[in-house]
Amino acid sequence: MSPPEPTLELAGVTKRYTADDGDVLAVDGVDLVAGDGEFVSLIGPSGCGKSTLFNIVAGLDDATGGRVLINGEALGDRLGASAYMPQHDALLDWRRVVDNIALSLELQGVRRREARRRALPLLERFGLAEFARAWPWQLSGGMRQRVAFLRTVIAGHSLLLLDEPFGALDGITRADLQQWLGGVWSEVGSTVVLVTHDINEAVVLSDRIYVMSPRPGRITAIIDVDLPRPRNVALQERDAFVAVEQRLRRELQSAMSSWGEFSQNGG
Amino acid sequence: MLYHEWGMTSLTRPDGDTGTAAASLPPTPAPSPTPGRGPDHLRRRLRAVLPPLAVVVVCLAIWQLFVSLHHVDPQLLPGPETIVRSTWNDRVDIWPAIGVTTEEAVLGMMLAIVVGAATAIAIDTFRPVRGSLYPLIVASQTVPIIALAPLVLVWWGFGLLPKIVLVALFSFFPISVGLVQGLASADPDAMNLLRTMRAGRLQLLMRVRLPGALPQFFTGLKISVTYAYSAAIVAEFVGAQQGLGVYMTTAIRAAPIRTDLVLGAVFVIAVLTITLFGLVGLVERLSMPWRPKR
Repeated sequence: MSPPEPTLELAGVTKRYTADDGDVLAVDGVDLVAGDGEFVSLIGPSGCGKSTLFNIVAGLDDATGGRVLINGEALGDRLGASAYMPQHDALLDWRRVVDNIALSLELQGVRRREARRRALPLLERFGLAEFARAWPWQLSGGMRQRVAFLRTVIAGHSLLLLDEPFGALDGITRADLQQWLGGVWSEVGSTVVLVTHDINEAVVLSDRIYVMSPRPGRITAIIDVDLPRPRNVALQERDAFVAVEQRLRRELQSAMSSWGEFSQNGG
Repeated sequence: MLYHEWGMTSLTRPDGDTGTAAASLPPTPAPSPTPGRGPDHLRRRLRAVLPPLAVVVVCLAIWQLFVSLHHVDPQLLPGPETIVRSTWNDRVDIWPAIGVTTEEAVLGMMLAIVVGAATAIAIDTFRPVRGSLYPLIVASQTVPIIALAPLVLVWWGFGLLPKIVLVALFSFFPISVGLVQGLASADPDAMNLLRTMRAGRLQLLMRVRLPGALPQFFTGLKISVTYAYSAAIVAEFVGAQQGLGVYMTTAIRAAPIRTDLVLGAVFVIAVLTITLFGLVGLVERLSMPWRPKR
């Protein structure tokens, strides 16, 4: 099923920080595979090293052990090898919507007018055309995330890294955006790795879910989501969907209880 | 205006979008060439200007009344009416003085902006410099610049240059501090995002940090601009052939002393400073068109 060379392959990725009171193991031997065009999620409680792992893949940070292969290559400098969507939308207030989306093109040396010309079809295709000239402050939270996602898509990277993109949104907007994101992804065809702490979100969007336990961050379970798409509200009410959610919830539970300190303090 | 060529107005939302997000959005912005204008805007402006103006008028009236009723010696304290009349009668002399001092103040501010921005970017760019340069710049503000004025004149003569230098010395500090803080307050998420797009240091500076630092830069600039005329006049007190400072010195040394003209000059300087301040505010608004209109 998966092609010979996955878009992203992590093998034994480890991150150790040196602190004053000894070493801290943030990520411990993570193996992960995301095949061409797959949607893979990484779920775990806050502080489990999801974001650290993400920064490593994006090239913002270096692993202290293991290998990171993007399209089969172990790059020394991974910056620019994938497209990254940070937790907060990080839209630049001084750029109109279309110019925010075209940002990466301009950084590659494309002239502004040409960058806009290339960005506009994307905006039209995914329902943002009438906001092209708006300033970021004029957008709602959900709309900002849409813009941020199209900004991630535009450069045509084979690998998209989404770091809790809907974490700050209300439930209704969030559900709406998940459907929208699923739609865009199915058209764009990129490989997506999504970090989330939301069970429903992971099941709605993913082909495969990696469950992470905190301190040190380890993969404790891998769940394949073999459900048809689009996973709309009707599908979410079916037993098969609910069963996956339940299984995921149980896996997260056991990932948490394996972290003794938490179950003592947090129980 | 740049956007007209896109023909954006003809674009509509494609069918099939849920539209829920759109419903919760503010109406599509229609960026007119001069947003925020119109009768509403004017009324709001007027409402902002009227109260302080009323206070000024009341104060002037009390002053006039006091001087008239008590028959105060006009050489000691002339009334507003006398001041305005005398200054107006002396307009042939005060006009060129305004021109000279304005030239000094404005050129000095430009030098202050260049020096302030350069030091701020240097402090921000070279981390080691930050440790050594920043305290020095702060310490430089403890030096009484007024006391330096005679020396600056000794070094650069009695022409335009020493006045510009003194205005810049007075004014660059708030600009520099504002910009340093603005540059340091850049959104780390946006910085990381641009790094994943392989942006270099210069691109980070030009596309994230400088635009983000503009509000703080202008806060600093608005503070320094209020020093500009005063600094120019202090420089003229020490030694100059022309300007409002010279005009005031002449009026003080006249026999009998022309208190009315001195106060008239003070009034003129206040008006000039307010005008310069307003000009900076205008430039501020024009250079940050992305900000919501108040």
